[in-house]
Amino acid sequence: MSKVTIFADRCKECGLCVANCPKKVISFVEEINAAGYRPVQIDDEACIACGICYVTCPDGVYEVK
Amino acid sequence: MAIKRKVPAIIDKPMNFCPGCGHGIVARLICECLEELGQDNNVIFPVGVGCSSNLGGGFTADRFHCPHGRASAVATGMKRVSPENIVIAYQGDGDAYSIGIAETMNAAYRNEKITVITVNNTNFGMTGGQMSWTTMPGQKTTTSQTGRDCSITGAPIKFPEMVASQFDVAYVARGSVHTPAEINKSKKYIKTAIQAQMNGEGYSMVEILSPCPVNWGQTPVQAMETIANNIVPYYPLGELKKKEAE
Amino acid sequence: MAEMWKGNHAIAEAAVRAGCMFYAGYPITPSTEIMEYLSYRLPELDRAFVQAESELAGVNMIIGGAACGYRCLTASSGPGISLKQEGMSVLADEELAAVVINVVRYGNGLGTLYSAQCDYHRETKGGGNGDYRVIVLCPGSIQEAVDHVSLAYELAEKYRMVTMIMTEGALGQMMEPVTMPEFQEVKRNPWALDGHYSYKKIGIFDRDSMKEAVELNDKYAAVKANEQRWEDQGLEDADYVFVSYGLPGQSTIGAVKQLQAEGHKVGFIRPITAWPFPEKAFEKINPNVKGLITVEANATGQMVDDVALYIKKVQKDRNVPAYCLPYVYGIPAMKDIKSDFAKVVAGEIKEVY
Repeated sequence: MSKVTIFADRCKECGLCVANCPKKVISFVEEINAAGYRPVQIDDEACIACGICYVTCPDGVYEVK
Repeated sequence: MAIKRKVPAIIDKPMNFCPGCGHGIVARLICECLEELGQDNNVIFPVGVGCSSNLGGGFTADRFHCPHGRASAVATGMKRVSPENIVIAYQGDGDAYSIGIAETMNAAYRNEKITVITVNNTNFGMTGGQMSWTTMPGQKTTTSQTGRDCSITGAPIKFPEMVASQFDVAYVARGSVHTPAEINKSKKYIKTAIQAQMNGEGYSMVEILSPCPVNWGQTPVQAMETIANNIVPYYPLGELKKKEAE
Repeated sequence: MAEMWKGNHAIAEAAVRAGCMFYAGYPITPSTEIMEYLSYRLPELDRAFVQAESELAGVNMIIGGAACGYRCLTASSGPGISLKQEGMSVLADEELAAVVINVVRYGNGLGTLYSAQCDYHRETKGGGNGDYRVIVLCPGSIQEAVDHVSLAYELAEKYRMVTMIMTEGALGQMMEPVTMPEFQEVKRNPWALDGHYSYKKIGIFDRDSMKEAVELNDKYAAVKANEQRWEDQGLEDADYVFVSYGLPGQSTIGAVKQLQAEGHKVGFIRPITAWPFPEKAFEKINPNVKGLITVEANATGQMVDDVALYIKKVQKDRNVPAYCLPYVYGIPAMKDIKSDFAKVVAGEIKEVY
């Protein structure tokens, strides 16, 4: 069970989470979503579930369990 | 040990803001505060015209799309007839401080028991990036194409400062969303503002600095740096007025 | 038992008795006394009152109160009502019930302080953007104005639109005996915002204007079919029919009675709703009528346009002339109406249509 759930269809590839993640574990996937953006993905092993991605995301992409 | 974080139900919809826009963060913070204060089923949002209008489809709660600039007056009417509800006017800098300056100021002047959240991205975003009253000196917009000349347009307006220094209101603050730390502080300001309304203390407002990547011609990350380097020096962050408990 | 009341005060008290919860407005002659009266009367009853920073702010406060389902009121005149036009378009669009009072004063721009009927076009055709309509009531006496306040709220709520009471300066300022109606309870309409998302408004970008157009037209058709109000007399065998509303309407009725006593075959229609225009009254007019004459307190003749339209609609195969006697402002004297009538008959005053 991953620490963070990603709602990829909401992602607009703004990059704020990527820039602010303290462990630099967020990156973009190759495939585009329904809106044409490449959504994010998280290296779950390295993720510390700090929640900063959730805090800085304007689009409700993240849920931290 | 992770803190559970989930987008509040009343804002849990895809929204039409540009990538990296601060509105999505601000709207979520407001709804988190309402949820935590137990008021998420007791709120009415008079929403302004501009990028704010996207919340007409964004909020799953009572909301009203107000004439441009007038959300503080609509909020006044709502709170006067329905004081038991939390009324939060949600406006941009153009809506609240340009066309709406009279209504926004007079609601503060009368100490109406409402909360006003203004999202300040230093331009009229929805209509394509015209100069607003908070545009920075020298900032290029579609109506200040060689950079804002304050000698003919006036200098950026400091509305929270005006209210805090002139009117006997409950709470005034300015926050920002350009770093996670500032987002957390802004959430605290918003919560304090809503609590002031819940306690019937009087008028509360929070201005939040927000990026506008598309109209500033920058990436979202660059836009956040612009706020830190160019805008915060002009518009300092923090609580400007807070009524002490009696 | 009837008591003497000043027009503006009577209208204000009638609003209180109709359960008005909130007034927001701004001082402007000759409507100011409505606000002054409510500034102490509403707080007496624990209801809300705001002297707004402008008429524009005032109508927006009313939008807020009406959006929450309460009976609200604003009153103004001339340029003040001009400032409210965006708000009225919004009230129409959002299908909110509200009552607006225009105590009409004469003139363009800042205008004058004379009693007049120069806002007819704007109120009946809509001065804000878009193709909305407003129900317009035009009382001919203070008692009628008082009765119209509660009627205005009922119609506004029945059809979810704005009702305007289009009265005039003289009525607001004069005194007449009035019997006040009983008190109604303040109530909240169920189709309003209550903070609990009970009434699910759809987002503004999700609306279907094509579908709404059909509904809008159906609504206005229903108002036109059911809510026309007027007073008439002597139409069936009239050679000439006068059409006039408000206080000039009362003067016209007096002139018609004198002309009838002198043997002239004349009748009158006194519109009580200016919108919907009392088309049904026109159906009663003598099929051989020689002309229609409006008596109006404005300069350019406004209601005559509607009169020409409706007599043509109702008597399709004829070309009945429509005359206008525009007295600019004030209340025309019966003797002036009679002498101008003689000029119409003699061909010295030409028809407008």
